[in-house]
Amino acid sequence: MANDSDSRIARKFADCARADRPAFITFITAGDPDPETGQQIFEGLPAAGADLIELGMPFSDPMADGVAIQMAGQRALANGQTLHRTLDMVKKFREKDQETPVILMGYYNPIFIYGTEKFLSEAKKAGVDGLIIVDLPPEEDEELCIPALEKGLNFIRLTTPTTDEKRLGQVLVNTSGFVYYVSMTGVTGADLSNHEAVGQAVARIKAHTDLPVAVGFGIKTARDARLIGHHADGVVVGSALVEAIAGSLNDGKAGPDTVSAIHDLARSLAGGVHDSRK
Amino acid sequence: MNEVKANSLRSGPDRRGRFGMFGGRFVAETLMPLIKDLEKSYREAKSDPEYVSQLDKLNRHYTGRPSPLYLAERLSEHLGGARVYFKREELNHTGSHKLNNCLGQILLARRMGKTRIIAETGAGQHGVATATVCARFGLPCVIYMGKTDVERQAPNVFRMELLGAKIVPVSAGAGTLKDAMNEALRDWVANVDDTYYLIGTAAGPHPYPEMVRDFQSVIGTELRRQFGEAEGGLPDALVACIGGGSNAIGLFQEFLDDEQVKMYGAEAGGHGLDRENGHAASMTGGSPGVLHGNRTYLLQDENGQILEGHSISAGLDYPGVGPQHSYLKDIGRVEYVPITDEEALEAFRLCARLEGILPALESAHGLAQVIKLAPTMEKNQSIVLCLSGRGDKDVDTVSAHMKDRS
Repeated sequence: MANDSDSRIARKFADCARADRPAFITFITAGDPDPETGQQIFEGLPAAGADLIELGMPFSDPMADGVAIQMAGQRALANGQTLHRTLDMVKKFREKDQETPVILMGYYNPIFIYGTEKFLSEAKKAGVDGLIIVDLPPEEDEELCIPALEKGLNFIRLTTPTTDEKRLGQVLVNTSGFVYYVSMTGVTGADLSNHEAVGQAVARIKAHTDLPVAVGFGIKTARDARLIGHHADGVVVGSALVEAIAGSLNDGKAGPDTVSAIHDLARSLAGGVHDSRK
Repeated sequence: MNEVKANSLRSGPDRRGRFGMFGGRFVAETLMPLIKDLEKSYREAKSDPEYVSQLDKLNRHYTGRPSPLYLAERLSEHLGGARVYFKREELNHTGSHKLNNCLGQILLARRMGKTRIIAETGAGQHGVATATVCARFGLPCVIYMGKTDVERQAPNVFRMELLGAKIVPVSAGAGTLKDAMNEALRDWVANVDDTYYLIGTAAGPHPYPEMVRDFQSVIGTELRRQFGEAEGGLPDALVACIGGGSNAIGLFQEFLDDEQVKMYGAEAGGHGLDRENGHAASMTGGSPGVLHGNRTYLLQDENGQILEGHSISAGLDYPGVGPQHSYLKDIGRVEYVPITDEEALEAFRLCARLEGILPALESAHGLAQVIKLAPTMEKNQSIVLCLSGRGDKDVDTVSAHMKDRS
């Protein structure tokens, strides 16, 4: 099964734990703002401090995302991004980087239409390590989660402030790789409210599982990253990075600073993550 | 009402909210505990005599139920075949079938202690019905409506505002119903403690398709009795328009096990099925996929990206459909047919002139199917059309099209 300690995700979290720091997890939308620039952004993230990378698979109707990630998906789709191209991005990335775990994140329909078996085989072959599929709760595990685990891919589940004690067990059953705690009830990109409550929630989850717990949603600055990192095994930043891309565009197209804008921000956020246990 | 047989078509969905392969609960984890809580509360309410009697009273004295069953004599004569009846849901308070569902859900929201109501709307009929019940029960109400729809359904926007609702125009995508639904889901995720999401059609995650169907089934149960009194026996055919499909499933559900009753769902064929983005016929021009919490027929491209539906009728341009309809299509129990904008407009004008009734453009799609069907049937046979809404809201749209043509 994918929970094996030799998986790329498990190894990375273990490395970070040995260094006594949380993992820094970056989210970008595949193909944003265009295929070529997107690939450069993706490939430069490890050097900019990313320990793990979540690669968003754009979808026309991202119901759990705020405006920043909605717009990123629209930019990518307008420039011809498809699931096939996203898998190719990972394949290319793996030619240069064998260490950094890559997790595909998105919604179920494009995968369902691609064909789940075909998708899982090709994802595994391309070097994908795990999946986060927002609209597949444990109640729908047989759709993709169980076939993914059988293929040796991690299936990372979101837990939220509405996931109560009773439900937590059910959510964790087929979760592997790490647990993604959503810091708030809201969409991506909203404001983070309470660091302390996040700490308590992480402790509650850790009482139920040995898996690492990463926290995401609402983390925008190096300070946020440092405060959250104090409580978590991993810190996820998405909307803030995607906004750095948006802010660097000229007339909706990649500008001269697009790649450096997101990598600079990633570097500064990584600094916050690295300081969080000091 | 007759009893539900063990292998009845009326017994679904199963425990996981599936009608065959369709339906389900494809939602973010944040919402999962909420929809499970909703399901539990709904089961309890359904078996509580006080809840049932309260809803029944409101249906009678507030909505004006039962809605009449009307024999459209001149239309029948004109078509020269089957006798055509209208089940007149357009005479309900607020002018459509939508209130049947809103009353059921607002009573449920109150039982659950929710203090804020959100809803999505396309044509504005569901928005108006939701704003109405929120006014009636003194609850704050936020209606998400696509920007395009806000512009083309101005009278309904004003009605909702008069009723005290806050309208939030949604500019994402093409600014129509699916975008409004995305935004309502985002609101719900952010306001889980106090907010009730009052979905307007028999779609979305389980238990909404079942619950909305149950509230709309009053249409079919009344019809069985009324038709028995008017003609004896059962109608030979039932016809309804399909956007999400709530009036249709409300009409069909009662008769699904009566094999001799043929059923037709009229989808929005728009400019024709051969035009991508030119229609909203998810079943006759789409394929199964997963959106807004359920697996169902969708308008989508080869990459699983959802397409924008088009219809002259704002209430039909949703790119999906309720999961029970998808199931009924696959097993062949209901025949779904596309009706073009032109055919619907023609039906609208014919109904106005022959019967003195302006049907909603949504219902005019059903009527267009009746116009095709009636002449192929015998004079001793009967068709019932669910006249789901009134057409006053559409006169500007119709007039603009007539000017374009002249």
